[in-house]
Amino acid sequence: MLNVNIAGVEFKNPIIAASGTFGFGREYAEMYPLSELGGISCKGTTLKERPGNPPPRVTETPGGMLNAVGLQNPGVEHFIKEDLPWLSRQGTRIIANVAGSAVSDYCKTAELLNGTPVDMVELNISCPNVKEGGVQFGVTAKGVEGITRAVRDCCKKPLMVKLSPNVTDITEMAIAAESGGADALSLINTLTGMRIDINSRRPIIRNNTGGLSGPAVLPVAIRMVWQVSGKVKLPIVGLGGISTWQDAVEMLLAGASAVQVGTAIFTDPYAPIKIRDGLQEFMEKNGVKSVSELTGGVKPW
Amino acid sequence: MKPYDSKPCRLLSAGELTPGIFDFTVSCPELAAMAVPGQFAQILVPGHTLRRPISICSIDKNSGTLRFVFQVRGAGTEGLSKFREGDTIELLAPLGKGFPIDPDKRTLLVGGGIGVPPLLGAAEALGGNAVAVLGFRNRELVILEEDFKSTGAKVLVATDDGSYGFHGLVTELGAGEDFQVLMACGPGPMLRGVKALAAERGAQGYLSLEQRMACGVGACLGCAVGLVDGEGREYFGHVCKDGPVFPMDMVREV
Repeated sequence: MLNVNIAGVEFKNPIIAASGTFGFGREYAEMYPLSELGGISCKGTTLKERPGNPPPRVTETPGGMLNAVGLQNPGVEHFIKEDLPWLSRQGTRIIANVAGSAVSDYCKTAELLNGTPVDMVELNISCPNVKEGGVQFGVTAKGVEGITRAVRDCCKKPLMVKLSPNVTDITEMAIAAESGGADALSLINTLTGMRIDINSRRPIIRNNTGGLSGPAVLPVAIRMVWQVSGKVKLPIVGLGGISTWQDAVEMLLAGASAVQVGTAIFTDPYAPIKIRDGLQEFMEKNGVKSVSELTGGVKPW
Repeated sequence: MKPYDSKPCRLLSAGELTPGIFDFTVSCPELAAMAVPGQFAQILVPGHTLRRPISICSIDKNSGTLRFVFQVRGAGTEGLSKFREGDTIELLAPLGKGFPIDPDKRTLLVGGGIGVPPLLGAAEALGGNAVAVLGFRNRELVILEEDFKSTGAKVLVATDDGSYGFHGLVTELGAGEDFQVLMACGPGPMLRGVKALAAERGAQGYLSLEQRMACGVGACLGCAVGLVDGEGREYFGHVCKDGPVFPMDMVREV
């Protein structure tokens, strides 16, 4: 009853670990089998290795946290050779999150993933922490459509575009991704934020600004998923601040077909499993036969 | 067996050693069984998104307990300090790489302020073949001196203002000792001093570092630290998984 189909990919349940919070799965596989999860969106991967930003990279904020990791990753070839063979044996869906600084980098990265066991590509055009980290493609409709179309042409996997909330109207970006040939959307990435140490007068994050995530962003994410679901036909994977099963139900009702859980994993590594179990119990109690019955079930005033 | 796990644990005792420095003993047999000195726990603080990384001060595998001595530094540790005996606290532990203990090698343990607690576990494991040099700002802030003595280690205390023990730096005290290995935890200037001391003696040196942290297990890459590998290549490692204890030659700057 928990299974969902997103762009032709069958997930055993609608709970997916969000990119950047779960590495390539190994650290959490020490605590529970990854087959408990519907899928994993892997750490943002670029064509070549990236060193990431200098520390501090994270800090807590009211109801959440800021991060500016800066896409530290070993590069797509390392991912394919060192992580994917193991990951593909874990009994969960694998979403490769692809980032880059030029259209050609995105395309080359996607091409390298074509012949691999990756189930889906998530196009990261919304990382706010790297100057050339893709967000320049993600904040104008023209940019979104252009990069989506370019990657669509070279990517043989189902393509999900991850949208930035740091825009005036996210529905324009969603429509642009749909026009560009996306198979699904995921939203939202982090909201750009900042904290300052009042004694040193230095920003706490070395990058000055960082991406805000955690329960504080949930209402923004719910609103954006709801707005986007009214404007596109594409399936939506909703994320942003989900930390309880109730949050997940809310996100489904807003229009999501599945959800990603990220920052909540830092509070409780078992959060995704608890959310899955709570969702199942809710569905049983309410006679909901499939997750899709919840999707978009909000009754707006 | 899981190398670490998140479990609700009973707080057996909770006290305040000196104003603002708290002393918890937690019953967690499965986690204690896996722990080694120098590792840490991510402790859940109610109402906070991020857990707080607290070093393990002492491990008692027989009674299945871990001891944590921490200082209130902000809202998170403030929240943590509110727990009372009998409360349940959620620990993700044991995490990271600890001190490589060799009881056959005379080891100099150098701690500064709240960097002292993680060295107690090392002193216990070294079974007396250690010299602990502990530095504090003043007499009021001296902690764990008797605990170190009861491990059989030679214990020397320094204070910045001379109100207790030696008036001066821990590195000055340590320089008078014979040792083959040096392990240290404390503020940056102290770590720079001990690094120089270990290098001068040709001793192996290990530094325990801290950084703002999120996941605690190596997944989020938040707690970056500048490292250098055997070939001299610089890269960002992570305090939670690659450390918190690092061979001193790996650490780019402290």
